[in-house]
Amino acid sequence: MSAKPVSAMRDVSSILPLTIDDACFEAGGRRLVVGARFTVPAGGLTVLLGPNGAGKSLTLRLCHGLLTPSAGSIRWAAQSGSAKRHAMVFQKPIMLRRSVAANVAHALAAAGIARAERVGRTQEALARFGLGGRADQPARLLSGGEQQRLAIARAWSLRPELLFLDEPTSQLDPAATRQIEELLAGLVAEGITVMMSTHDLGQAKRLADRVLFLHRGRLVEDADAQTFFAGPASAEARAFLAGELIW
Amino acid sequence: MDLTAIFQAAFALVVGLDPAFLAIVSLSLRVTLSAVLIAGLIGLPLGAALALARFRGRSVVIVILNALMGLPPVVAGLIVFLMLSRSGPLGSLGLLFTPTAMIVAQVLLVLPIVIALTRQTVEDLWAEYRDHLRSVGLEGMRAIPTLLFDGRFALATALLAGFGRASAEVGAVLIVGGNIAGYTRTMTTTITLETSKGDLPLALGLGLVLITLTLAINAVAFGASRIGARYAG
Repeated sequence: MSAKPVSAMRDVSSILPLTIDDACFEAGGRRLVVGARFTVPAGGLTVLLGPNGAGKSLTLRLCHGLLTPSAGSIRWAAQSGSAKRHAMVFQKPIMLRRSVAANVAHALAAAGIARAERVGRTQEALARFGLGGRADQPARLLSGGEQQRLAIARAWSLRPELLFLDEPTSQLDPAATRQIEELLAGLVAEGITVMMSTHDLGQAKRLADRVLFLHRGRLVEDADAQTFFAGPASAEARAFLAGELIW
Repeated sequence: MDLTAIFQAAFALVVGLDPAFLAIVSLSLRVTLSAVLIAGLIGLPLGAALALARFRGRSVVIVILNALMGLPPVVAGLIVFLMLSRSGPLGSLGLLFTPTAMIVAQVLLVLPIVIALTRQTVEDLWAEYRDHLRSVGLEGMRAIPTLLFDGRFALATALLAGFGRASAEVGAVLIVGGNIAGYTRTMTTTITLETSKGDLPLALGLGLVLITLTLAINAVAFGASRIGARYAG
């Protein structure tokens, strides 16, 4: 019951592609995302790359619906009825003050999954991400890497077609980072479309199928990863790759 | 009576489980626990709603509620007295000088504490949980059950604070209860009366019970925060 239902659903009425059309976001009179325009088709891993303050996190939040664009539109190919079918994992894992299992079960309950089904899906998610033995521990006592793994397991249990991750490894040590990266590659192989932000060039090179390069709120470059890393078209991206562009 | 004799007599009352003595203690507990229960049922959801709601004048409401935490019990008693007295708007209920009136007065004292502390707890939790809860579709009032549950240890402390205030106060229950022997006489009102009458052993015995109660409340509150810290990591 893991990969198949997701792809089966996709054949019927996928929420993808996601179309972002001239989306802007302003706060306090400042334009933080300016005229973003791109689509996210099904499959693969898209990396939002760029220095701090480029608008990566805001763009993900706009796509996921946590923020409303001040102009422009964000459209899904199909309205997904009651369940959302896209989920998000945050930079700092948000762990409820409950057990590991209860953290997953809570998200399922919020999505309207019946109690009887929650138990099985919780176990399935914890087993899939190697947290089966931790089910009854308080989630907030897990290590940083385990917490992020639980956050991903929790999002995965909702069976999203598209998973957003906002700098998922920026607070983790190299070992935990590698583990999360392997997990993400596994999710893509499973057929889940992944869109994540990072400012870690090495990570982008290891994971990305496609790169959206942002700078000062603007989408400067949209290219497949090989092309981008072989020779970016824009001066900003070249400076970023050379390690010269911090802001 | 010298001090030693008073202490011995007081001790005998406590240990001997004197029926009149027990009746006073049990009425006190019944009134205060009922008040805390009612204040919790009203105050927890209301405090959480106030934490999440955004409306004009919200800060004014918060300041007033915080100020009401320090409402003098005699004033709370006076307000309930005016409402329940024969000529008052609720006079026809005939509740004045009954335990029910005392519960109402104490609810008035406990409610602001529960609402204000719940509001603070839930607001802090919401700031931390907001992104995730909104992500899984729990927006606005739908987030309240999660936030109340995850704030359970802090909220238990809020209820205990309310219990402490209600069990220690004398002014409100004295005004609306009338300190009628065997009917509306609580620990605090009895201490007041018996001290002025000179029956010091009874007053002191009840005082000992009150102090023990206060200690117990604080021990439980401490335990709750310790368990909470374990879960909060």
